[in-house]
Amino acid sequence: MTKYILQRVIAMILTMIVVITVTFILMHAIPGGPFASEKNLPPQIKANIEAKYGLNKPLYQQYFDYWAGLLKGDLGPSYKYPGRTVNDLIGDGFPISAELGSYAILVMLLIGIPAGIISALRQYHWQDNVVMVFATLGVAVPGFVLATLLIYVFSSQLGILPAARWLSWQHKIMPTIALSAYNVSFIARLTRSSMLDVMSQDYIRTARAKGLSEAAVVIKHALKNSLIPIVTVLGPLIAAVLTGSFVIEKIFAIPGLGRQFVDSVSNRDYTTIMGVTIFYGAFLVIMNLIVDIVYVFIDPRIKLAD
Amino acid sequence: MRKKSLVVLLAVLMVISVAIAGCGGGSQPQQQTEQAQQTEKPKEIVIRYNLGAQPETIDPALNSAVDGANVILHTFEGLVNLDEHQQPVPGVAEKWDVSDDGLVWTFHLRNNAKWSDGQPVTAKDFAYAWKRALDPATGAEYAYQLYYIKNGQAFNEGNATADDLGIKVVDDYTIEVTLEAPTPYMLQIFAFPTLFPVRQDIVEKYGDKWAQQADSYIGNGAFKVTEMAYQDHITMLKNENYWNKDAIKPDKLIFTEIVDESTILASYENGEVDVIDTMPSEEIARMQNDPNSGFVLGANLGTYYIDFNNQKAPFNNPLVRKAFSLAIDRKAIVENVTKGGQLPADAFVGPGFPDADPTKQFHDVQGPFYDVTKANIEEAKKALADAGYPDGKGFPKVTYLYNESQGHQNIAQALQEMWKQNLGVEVELASQEWQVFQETRRRGDYDIARDGWLADYTDPMTMLDLFTSNSGNNNAQYKNPEYDALIDKAKKTNNEAERMQAMHDAQQLLLGQDWAIAPLYFYTDPYAAKPGLKGMIADPLGFKRFHFAYWENQ
Repeated sequence: MTKYILQRVIAMILTMIVVITVTFILMHAIPGGPFASEKNLPPQIKANIEAKYGLNKPLYQQYFDYWAGLLKGDLGPSYKYPGRTVNDLIGDGFPISAELGSYAILVMLLIGIPAGIISALRQYHWQDNVVMVFATLGVAVPGFVLATLLIYVFSSQLGILPAARWLSWQHKIMPTIALSAYNVSFIARLTRSSMLDVMSQDYIRTARAKGLSEAAVVIKHALKNSLIPIVTVLGPLIAAVLTGSFVIEKIFAIPGLGRQFVDSVSNRDYTTIMGVTIFYGAFLVIMNLIVDIVYVFIDPRIKLAD
Repeated sequence: MRKKSLVVLLAVLMVISVAIAGCGGGSQPQQQTEQAQQTEKPKEIVIRYNLGAQPETIDPALNSAVDGANVILHTFEGLVNLDEHQQPVPGVAEKWDVSDDGLVWTFHLRNNAKWSDGQPVTAKDFAYAWKRALDPATGAEYAYQLYYIKNGQAFNEGNATADDLGIKVVDDYTIEVTLEAPTPYMLQIFAFPTLFPVRQDIVEKYGDKWAQQADSYIGNGAFKVTEMAYQDHITMLKNENYWNKDAIKPDKLIFTEIVDESTILASYENGEVDVIDTMPSEEIARMQNDPNSGFVLGANLGTYYIDFNNQKAPFNNPLVRKAFSLAIDRKAIVENVTKGGQLPADAFVGPGFPDADPTKQFHDVQGPFYDVTKANIEEAKKALADAGYPDGKGFPKVTYLYNESQGHQNIAQALQEMWKQNLGVEVELASQEWQVFQETRRRGDYDIARDGWLADYTDPMTMLDLFTSNSGNNNAQYKNPEYDALIDKAKKTNNEAERMQAMHDAQQLLLGQDWAIAPLYFYTDPYAAKPGLKGMIADPLGFKRFHFAYWENQ
């Protein structure tokens, strides 16, 4: 097990090196730069700014400079916000995205999984139909449409919830719903099909044949196994949700990391693009590793052999 | 049935434990609640304005955006201020003298002006700020706002030292500035945020970071920043050290940073902010018709226009450019497409710029270059026929380039239809991402492209300067030595009537003779302020000023 984890960590580091290098190349390959603006700058002023941030150096030199900073944990200065570092941007944005993401994950698990289970156990009954109608809607309606609709109904029309910003608990209701709707539906569908699959297994029949009550069959034998596919998707899902959603954060004016990421690309804020990509990438590979380790505990068939 | 519900209950419980395991430690609620905002003292004047995107910086030297300037105008003060009619009034300077040749300006500073930490504002603070903004190492984008100062450009380009600059500190309260050329609108420039003073000790202690945290952000303006929550809001309180604090009405300003247009409007209508200047354009008609919406269609100095590539066939022929410009129904575009209350453009310099006689406007003195109420089809067709393409026959395939945005796309489609209907010419449309678009357009790698320009100061020069042969913003690639000579003449003369005439002549060449570009509409500044808010200034450069704003019924 230790050896396995060690191997995975090495693979993760290699993955990150590739991610960093490819991002660096792609970012410099697209036209434009951090200091391009509609009002064209006199060439000398542009040169002054580029010299200030070392962008006049050859590209390979910039690449190695970046690594030198990165190994010290320094993600560099933001080009777009003079005086702020990328570490500052992530430090300010991530806690807020993570808070919103945590609420969304909680809603996703507390509603998605039970809904899926009910739906599977009452297959083709009205409960199933109701859940599946909502699950289809949740997957089909994009988050930004739902967000706009929520604002229209609860802020503009009813005036009972604030439309924007991230202040009190009232401010957090609509963003949480908008962010989790898709994933609740997705998890509900996944749980349902997984549960249905498990319920038709031989060992369930055996359990029933032993004379166990239906409750014992479901809880003791079915539930644990039906959760395995959920755990598989949870890793990347949690990473994605916690690091923030551009659309939801923009619509509700939430100062999170998701907005930073997309804005940095359109701003060509090179260091921010790199920093947030690295942060997100590292988060993702670590979540995947955790999922793989969790497997061992919930699925007896899996051994992390070498 | 009872068994089933038990199953469900247990399932829920189990899931909760999974949930807690799944996100333990991930949740770190960060409180940014402004308690003060909720529990205001009854008589405090608080104004909440939605600034838009988080300003990139609020350092006077480094800022080049309207949002940043909106904060700086409240937290700093220059030698002169602009009143609600854009006329210069004393700021830190009590009075000033100009030499007869218009080159040497001497400012006498008031001796009771103070920084927000209580230190006096002196001539040295201005000299330091200007040298810093021009210093190549500072990397200031708007350094060119100080190129009027003698050797300003040379120093910024590394061809002179700071000592060569035409800036002389005579004593603590007197500063003398020598210019490169007489500049009649120089007081407007002295009121521009790039020329505001900054504190040497603060900047040297904190570096660029000084303007990114409330503690070190020391200003000399009417307000001081007490809170900066990134991408959320900036809170300012009245600066008790400000020399003119008794004239300042608001006790507190909260500038929020909501960016989504629909959300901005929703939070305004829901009472979360008091003043907004961004809203979905499709809502503007509704707000205009609602007397309680607080909607105002303000002026904004700037023009939306299209570039013809003057160096590339077929648009290197003035007759073709004329035909394309005249075939546009500008009234239809503002009424049916943009719908934001814009004014159809009959010239490049719009209303709002004074002429030599300050009671008249530059725009009105010159008169329209064409009829904007309809497409001038006959004239357009004739021009196209004269150019060798009767009824559009044999006209090569050309493309209209714009940057990705619904608004620009709607205009592009309307133009495409007008050119097809009125000239019989097929124009293809292409869009590019903003940054890519800017590069393509600047290189001149297009046939027709959208463009727009907002004034930096209230003089026609800010517009007409664009089309000199070596201007970095001459995206139309227009080159006419006669035009260059007229602009040069206007820049050098000290005679106001002569200067304005040269600029009128230049515009006549640009539009009346060469048809270098096709102006579509003059920008407007649609904004909304809660009824009851008085004394707010929305100036045509896009700045909102709240120094003297108050609530009528408070």
